[in-house]
Amino acid sequence: MIEAVGPIKRKFAPWDDPTLKPFIRFENVTKRFGDFTAVDNLTLDIYEREFFALLGPSGCGKTTLMRMLAGFEQPTEGRILLDGKDLSGIPPYKRPVNMMFQSYALFPHMTVEGNIAFGLKQEGMDTSNISTRVAEMLELVKLEKFAKRKPHQLSGGQRQRVALARSLAKRPKVLLLDEPLGALDKKLREETQFELMDIQMELGMTFLIVTHDQEEAMTVSDRIAVMNHGVIAQIGTASEIYEQPASRYVADFVGDINLIDGTVTAVDDGNVTLHCAGVDATIVAEAGPGEVTVGAEAGFAIRPEKVQISLEAPPVGTPNVLSGEVWDIGYLGDISVYRVRLAGGSIVKATVANLTRIVERPITWEDKVYLTWPADAGVILLK
Amino acid sequence: MAERWTQDVKPFLAKWALVAVPYLWSLLFFLAPFLIIFKISLSQTAIAMPPYVPVIGGLGDFLAKLSDFTFDNYVFLTEDPLYYSAYLSSLRIALVSTILLLIVGYPIAYGMARAPKSLRNALVMAVILPFWTSFLIRVYAWIGILKPEGLITIALQSLGILGPDEQIHVYNTEIAVFIGIVYSYLPFMVLPLYAALEKLDATLLEAAADLGCPPTKSFWVITFPLSLPGVIAGCFLCFIPIVGEFVIPDLLGGSETLMIGKTLWAEFFNNRDWPVSSAVAVVLLIILVVPIVIFQNQQKKA
Amino acid sequence: MNKSTSWFNITSLVFGFAFLYVPILILVVYSFNASKLVTVWGGFSTQWYVELVHDQAIIDAAWVTIRVGIISASFATVLGTMAALVLDRYRKFHGRALFSGMVYAPLVMPEVITGLSLLLLFVAIGFDRGFWAVVIAHTTLTMCFVAVVVQSRLVTLDRSLEEAALDLGCPPVKTFFLITLPLILPGVVAGWMLAFTLSLDDLVIASFNTGPGATTLPIKIYSMVRLGVTPEINAISTILISVIAVGVIAASVLSHRSQVEKEKAERAVFLAG
Ligand SMILES: Nc1ncnc2c1ncn2[C@@H]1O[C@H](COP(=O)(O)OP(=O)(O)OP(=O)(O)O)[C@@H](O)[C@H]1O
Ligand SMILES: [Mg+2]
Repeated sequence: MIEAVGPIKRKFAPWDDPTLKPFIRFENVTKRFGDFTAVDNLTLDIYEREFFALLGPSGCGKTTLMRMLAGFEQPTEGRILLDGKDLSGIPPYKRPVNMMFQSYALFPHMTVEGNIAFGLKQEGMDTSNISTRVAEMLELVKLEKFAKRKPHQLSGGQRQRVALARSLAKRPKVLLLDEPLGALDKKLREETQFELMDIQMELGMTFLIVTHDQEEAMTVSDRIAVMNHGVIAQIGTASEIYEQPASRYVADFVGDINLIDGTVTAVDDGNVTLHCAGVDATIVAEAGPGEVTVGAEAGFAIRPEKVQISLEAPPVGTPNVLSGEVWDIGYLGDISVYRVRLAGGSIVKATVANLTRIVERPITWEDKVYLTWPADAGVILLK
Repeated sequence: MAERWTQDVKPFLAKWALVAVPYLWSLLFFLAPFLIIFKISLSQTAIAMPPYVPVIGGLGDFLAKLSDFTFDNYVFLTEDPLYYSAYLSSLRIALVSTILLLIVGYPIAYGMARAPKSLRNALVMAVILPFWTSFLIRVYAWIGILKPEGLITIALQSLGILGPDEQIHVYNTEIAVFIGIVYSYLPFMVLPLYAALEKLDATLLEAAADLGCPPTKSFWVITFPLSLPGVIAGCFLCFIPIVGEFVIPDLLGGSETLMIGKTLWAEFFNNRDWPVSSAVAVVLLIILVVPIVIFQNQQKKA
Repeated sequence: MNKSTSWFNITSLVFGFAFLYVPILILVVYSFNASKLVTVWGGFSTQWYVELVHDQAIIDAAWVTIRVGIISASFATVLGTMAALVLDRYRKFHGRALFSGMVYAPLVMPEVITGLSLLLLFVAIGFDRGFWAVVIAHTTLTMCFVAVVVQSRLVTLDRSLEEAALDLGCPPVKTFFLITLPLILPGVVAGWMLAFTLSLDDLVIASFNTGPGATTLPIKIYSMVRLGVTPEINAISTILISVIAVGVIAASVLSHRSQVEKEKAERAVFLAG
């Protein structure tokens, strides 16, 4: 079933425009619970109409950040600005921000309609406008037939839609979504991701989403912030984060990566030469962020799909060659993963797209293979 | 101004009122009375003689009158063996009946926890139901059963175990008190035990059996230790109020049973000696402080 | 489970419940005894109930008891629910330890102590013993039971429901009445019923604090019991037991039925996919 997916997204990059003011601004925000620091001196700008994702391991402070914006927690230090106004001291029920809860938090004693109308009633909207808006929302999430049901009479996916409709009904300036799709199966999840993107485009709101799932973050969002222990490790578009990780942590957390350690022997106009004693090779690659000096300990990072694997030795003098033997092969359907054991015993992964249906593959276990890559495929990251 | 009222002051007041109302109520009607009882226990007997101290001039005057402290009442308690033997006998009766309750209650709670799931709620209901009906009535019910010419005697006579002129003499003895206590407090013992036993994972016993542990042994090494929180809660829930029990020893125990609740009652209603009954209450409270504190910590953990 | 243990379980249940119910059953049966001698069966009769209806003192006492019960249970429900909210919500404030102590202690405090100490307070502040003194005493005792019952319900309440209401613009006090209260209502109702029956039941605390014209049913029954066992007491007891049993069973059947309906609906949704 293929459905049309709304208007095509044009280039959208307000963060590159110095004349624009951020819509949401976390300014040196710190949150401590007792002597535990959940968010540590964090600064973050989010722009109007942006779909922004927070990605990070469990317990890194994503929910805490979101709850501070919603008003359920007060920052210990720093402040949060919305559209230029300081939010401190404003209680949650006065903030133009709505949240879709991870557990959905649907009121069990109210019907679907009652749940969606709840926020509108608090606003003091008159009854006829409320019913129009509720009908609109039910249509948006395709639940017209379920208006009179109670939450416990709905399936998981339907509940999630009601929660979404309820948080959208007030047309908040900002919608916060804390792992909104966590409870759904993979298929429903993927469908809903696209629906979320459509809704966000259609209503022109700013979305802030928390997720564990990097694929989800990359699919839905304009920019992603990768968090670690209460600080932001990197902010950028999906491709920036994936292709130009700012640190080993980000490189390792997002996607699959090969890391080969070594010592810097030369630095020349952004190109770094790395001697890797462990695998007995010399690698030349672009420097990542941070100052690289001769003698520094660093690592070469390269994604498995950028490593080419072949049985024939490349011409003598080709830079950046590693050799080893095939240690393991994983067949994943669309691709195969070759784990190659290098001289020093370390393993490098290379993936190959399975373009044909042939059963027999030319490279097999214990073959001696050569690994090569284009000059700009990897990056040098400091330790 | 109005903004500030709805934004800062109103929620603050609401929050404050939520704490203050029940707090002040408890301070005034639960804690303050203890301070007063303590104070009166230190005052001279004459002041509080009946009829019900006319407290002219209100609180200040009343307290001023009480300010001549005396430990006479406490000294009096130690002089008359009636009191300390009443305390001792209360503690002994409470201890024995708590053990009896545990012995009677455990198999019931165990049977309930092992009953089919569909039955369990009905069984819990059946244990709670008598607890909702009047305590006094339930104790009263035993009088007709235990009296010398009561139903037990009649039943045993008709079975031929007793001769036509013989009677069972249980009424007005400590045995009747034990029966009454076990009967009245049984729900307080069974429910916490059941709560602990019901949580117990049946696969633990299967695992034990799988590892070669016979059922009777696995009861002692697995079931019982894991039900200990319920055992402790049940025992405190019964022991503490039993120590001060009045109705049961009064109605079933006769003159031969000595319990401090009865003594206090008699001191107050028959002798009308308020300072001495206050002293009796204070000493009882001091005895019970340790178990009450343990009980509260238990409650907080649960 | 093997056979022997399950026999053991059944036996202990049968004996346990027989022990709990037979005395009450005997009490009820003998309330219909024609003979004045409580232990001798003289044929079926309802004469003791007829006598009861004409006993003005008992009717007055019953009326006092019901009024005390309703008023004190209502006060206790409000106070106990507030106390439960405080204990559940405010994890840290000055005097929290004292507060939780004052909430849990009356659960086990011997009644003679509570009764006597409250009486001394009333005398100290010049408050007349009687109807309202008993109401206050019962409120103080039963609010603790309400607090425990409501608190156990609050613990299972998903806090994000309240946060969702706040998030949608509902101020805290309104959130309590629109969201929290409806969801903890079964606990609050159970708390009220418990408070009412405890008040109905209480002899000791009421005896200390009662005054002229405020004789409650337990005080009346107690004075009758002291004079000896009579079928009339059995008759009052039977009426009390039936009223409470019907109330409690009706309440539990109602709550059970709504639970069953809910589960049925959930199952239907599950089957429908
Ligand atoms: N109320 C609280 N009191 C004490 N510590 C807290 C509290 N709330 C959160 N924390 C701690 O703060 C840290 C960050 O929590 P947070 O919920 O923000 O994590 P998260 O990134 O959302 O994790 P997850 O992905 O598992 O949801 C955790 O270590 C958590 O234990
Ligand atoms: Mg989280």
